[in-house]
Amino acid sequence: MSATTIASIAAITLALMPSILYATFGEIVGQRAGVVNLGIEGVMLIGAACGFAAAVVTGNSYLGLLAGAGAGVAFNMVMAAMVISRHTNQLASGFAIYFLGGGVSMLIGAQYIGSDVNGLGQFSLPGFSWLPSPWGEVFQQDLLVWLMIPVAIGIWWLLFRTRWGLRLRSVGEDKDFSYAAGLHTARIQYQALAIAGALYGLAGADLTLSYTKTWQDGLTAGRGFIAIAIVIFALWSPLRAIAGALLFSLAVAVGLQLQAQGSPISPFLLDMLPYVVTIAVVLLWGRPKAFASPAGLREVFSGTSK
Amino acid sequence: MSATLQRPSARATGSAAPPPLEARGLVKRFGSLLAVDHADFELRPGVHALLGENGAGKSTLVKILYGYQPADEGQILLDGQPVEIRSPADARAHGIGLVFQQSTLIPALTVTENIALFLPDLPPLLRHREIEAKIEDFGRRYGLVVSPDRRAGTLSLPEQQRVQILRVLLAGARILIFDEPTSTLPAQEIDALFDVFRRLRDDGYPIVLITHRLAEVFALADTVTVMRRGSVVATVETADVDEERLVELMFGAAPAVARTGGRETDARRDGGVLELQAVNSAGQGRPLFGLDLALAPGEIAGVAGVAGNGQRELADTVVGLARIKSGRRLLDGRDASKWSVRRIREAGVGFVPESALGQELIWNMSLRENVALGSARRFSRFGGLSVDWPAVQREWDERIGKLGLDLPDPSNPSGTLSGGNAQRLALARELARDLRVLVTLYPTHGLDVKTTAAVQELLLRARDGGCAVLLISQDLNELKALSDRLLVMREGRIVAEVDPQTDVYELGRLMTGGELG
Amino acid sequence: MSTIAATLRSNPLHDWLDDHPRAATAGRWLSWAAVGVLAYSVLILIYGKSPLHAFQEIWANTLTTSYGLQDVLVRMTPLLFCAMAVAIPARIGQVNVGGEGQVYAGGLLASGMAITFTSWPAWLLLPAMALAGIAGGGAWAGLAGWMKARGWLSEVFSTVLMTYIAILAVSALVYGPWRDPTSSNYPQTPQFVPAARLPHVGSTRIDVTIFIAFGAVFAFDWFLRRTRYGLEIRAIGGNPFAAQTNGVPVSRYIVLAMAAGGGLAGLAGMAQASALQLHLNTGLSPGFGYLGFLISWLAGHNPRLIVPMTFLLAVLASSGDILQITQGLPSAIVNVLSAILMMIVLLGRMQRKAA
Repeated sequence: MSATTIASIAAITLALMPSILYATFGEIVGQRAGVVNLGIEGVMLIGAACGFAAAVVTGNSYLGLLAGAGAGVAFNMVMAAMVISRHTNQLASGFAIYFLGGGVSMLIGAQYIGSDVNGLGQFSLPGFSWLPSPWGEVFQQDLLVWLMIPVAIGIWWLLFRTRWGLRLRSVGEDKDFSYAAGLHTARIQYQALAIAGALYGLAGADLTLSYTKTWQDGLTAGRGFIAIAIVIFALWSPLRAIAGALLFSLAVAVGLQLQAQGSPISPFLLDMLPYVVTIAVVLLWGRPKAFASPAGLREVFSGTSK
Repeated sequence: MSATLQRPSARATGSAAPPPLEARGLVKRFGSLLAVDHADFELRPGVHALLGENGAGKSTLVKILYGYQPADEGQILLDGQPVEIRSPADARAHGIGLVFQQSTLIPALTVTENIALFLPDLPPLLRHREIEAKIEDFGRRYGLVVSPDRRAGTLSLPEQQRVQILRVLLAGARILIFDEPTSTLPAQEIDALFDVFRRLRDDGYPIVLITHRLAEVFALADTVTVMRRGSVVATVETADVDEERLVELMFGAAPAVARTGGRETDARRDGGVLELQAVNSAGQGRPLFGLDLALAPGEIAGVAGVAGNGQRELADTVVGLARIKSGRRLLDGRDASKWSVRRIREAGVGFVPESALGQELIWNMSLRENVALGSARRFSRFGGLSVDWPAVQREWDERIGKLGLDLPDPSNPSGTLSGGNAQRLALARELARDLRVLVTLYPTHGLDVKTTAAVQELLLRARDGGCAVLLISQDLNELKALSDRLLVMREGRIVAEVDPQTDVYELGRLMTGGELG
Repeated sequence: MSTIAATLRSNPLHDWLDDHPRAATAGRWLSWAAVGVLAYSVLILIYGKSPLHAFQEIWANTLTTSYGLQDVLVRMTPLLFCAMAVAIPARIGQVNVGGEGQVYAGGLLASGMAITFTSWPAWLLLPAMALAGIAGGGAWAGLAGWMKARGWLSEVFSTVLMTYIAILAVSALVYGPWRDPTSSNYPQTPQFVPAARLPHVGSTRIDVTIFIAFGAVFAFDWFLRRTRYGLEIRAIGGNPFAAQTNGVPVSRYIVLAMAAGGGLAGLAGMAQASALQLHLNTGLSPGFGYLGFLISWLAGHNPRLIVPMTFLLAVLASSGDILQITQGLPSAIVNVLSAILMMIVLLGRMQRKAA
């Protein structure tokens, strides 16, 4: 394999990561607060569609990013209202959000099929630019890629070094006890889902504003569900989530590369790799670690909460 | 965060200052039950014990003081001023700190984090070092040593208790209440805990110690308030009373034994109908550790122990709900270690768990369906394609109905049963099955007097019919009255077998593993 | 929705409703239907069309013509299977989100038989394909159930991930070794031989598996209410811990229920390929699995309600297509409406529990 090939794979991997990593971050925050959102896919699609629409209308992709994040927050608030204030079943509500987001995003995006945008500008950070070609190009990436590590650190810090994060984790571990101890559990969960919504929106907007620069129905292709799996793989830690997203994106990138080279290996088999690996890793690693999963989630999954 | 936490200044005894905590005329009813009956309580300086047997009202009184329940009548005063305590947060704001019997820590969070959650002036940015310094400072001062960065779930029970104490101290409590703090501690830890109490007392903290153990009262308390059946019976200085007087205050007359249950049995150990041999189990809670047990037909074997020492696991292991990791389970001499729950049941083992409504009956199915479920294969026809409902009804009419219990119509969903009725139904259902072994776990817990008597009567009748009854209970009176022999369980194994007539204090010693104080 | 519940809470009406639970249930259903119709109308209005006109079209084209009703029934067949794929595991507390993948898995195995055993007679090949479809979907779901029963992985995750694996497997085969060399631009298998094509009912487009679908629904209902196994299933659904205490082998039921559900979804996949499409390609299922999830939730996983709910959604889907053609309304409206319906029902159930 030549250096160009490896560099190309690396570049594509980096470009693929934000759309899955930000979604994973969002779900980590949500699940640590005790809420599982099966409908991430729907929120991402809304973020993608609204972000794209805003970018086409204003001509500015950064405004599109903001719009995508904002739309994500607003849409996730529907989920929040259902499960927090009305105590509906989390799994079913998430599914409804998935459907709703899919449908609404199709309606929004319909008018913009065929449009394109300039996309987010790519740039390189000082220190990377002196790398010789082809490696220099690997580090020509857009804002969302560069922000991945800072955001990961930021979320980690938020969860583990602030009072708000401590309270959030307390709610996710034992909501009843937290309530009895005087915490405003509903408010904390709403705040968590707002942050999650913004991250889902960004993840979706990354696809339309950076990766494909077009709109297509259902372009998230299951990333919302994969994010949930990566959350387990990452043992609910934003720093470990980077590894999970990296693995997934790498598999997709390798598949694309092989396809481009006319390789006989079916690209679909390679596409399967991330899903298979995720299941395998979760089976091997996800279980034994005590205290990794927020205790409050146990009743959601055992079907005994509602 | 404030530089030093205010500690209460030591009060001179007999001063004219109003008591730090006082309750006047508290009343609390639960339906027809008068849990607290016009109780007056005045916290005296030093360690103030609140003494009474199970159900005397001590816990309810304290729950009112801590804001968990509102009183129906009465007043609470702090430093002579009437206050409204509507929630635990209110109580904490007034400086009342309560350490529960069970751990209320969040297992996945560290010690520091668990304590931080309760700090009144926690800044938005956590300063772990500062909190840890405080923890170490208080820890050294009062003998509550624990590593701040360990997760609460990995701590032993005594360590968790230390964290709970630190938590109330650092939250700024001026008055400390402890609810049966020694009930889950082994002997050497009890000594350490008493030392902590003494240091706290010497530093001026008034301490309320809820207990039902006399030895603790004499070891620690300066004052003791005795409660019986919801009323405060007396408040005296411990120096002025002796054991007999306290027992008299606690029980009124000597407690009446419900009925005599002990009798000669010709139980042969090697002909046991059920045996557990050196069993290590893996179940929901405290695992069994090298447990040996043998049950013979026609006897009631009582199991006494402090809750949390493996009682639930013992029951689960006998009936097959908990997995046996090593050792053997024998039924009539056959190795049943790997049998499924169903197979064990069909071999004649019955189970009445602690709360039949939640643990054995299916709430949205009718009583009749629940009876059928208990012996599903026996009632199934055509390979399971239909259920012989007439046969179920016959069982109901002929066997269950004849047991002299007052049961509602079998078409009702079992969710409509009261707790007492559910317990009776579960027992009746099992007894109708021709049992060889009956395992009961806290069978009369929370039941009224009439139902308790009915249940106990049924257990005796089962025994008389040749059944081997394993009676696991927290009620020492019940155990003493019904058992033919009495086993004591501690830390996952049977540690002693004694005559049921053994006195309560000796049993208590065996249950907690050592001399008190 | 909450205002409706709030007005219902005003006393005299509430007391009357308490005394007449059937009327209360009917009332609740009517209010849900009313909100649903309202939501649909609003959506149609947003697109500048007349709701009345739209409902007229639906009535004229879908509900009153033989072709329209045929279309509804054709859609109902796979939806009934997929709804049961969710309902059967749901009765014991399992959430099967992977119906779509199970459809593909069943379709894959069945199609494999179709293009391999091209010389078999129909009376042999078709049942073999049906069994293959059931086995494919059943094994796929059963695997997830087994992992759940062992305590390794929640079926919520495994079924979702396995869906993508199944769909990709079909793609891999259809683009690769199974590809029909004569159909140049659209990757699919060769057309199925006549012996591999499911017969239809008379001259309609409805295939014979519709009888199996309805049969499965009624059989499950009977099974739940009458058999000993149904008793045990209901017990697990009511309280799995208590069921375990009573000796019910919960783990075994988890695997079997998932396998049964997946098997039905797999049969739907076989029917899609064999009766309607006559090839296997990547478009085997336009989301039947997900719609089945929706339907089962709307029906409260109750077999008796699954048939009317499936009918409703089939009418909706059919109407969506018709309105797209005649009125130019985007078909995505149907997705949105389905989601709104689900949310209404979810919220409505909670109100009832709270009241």
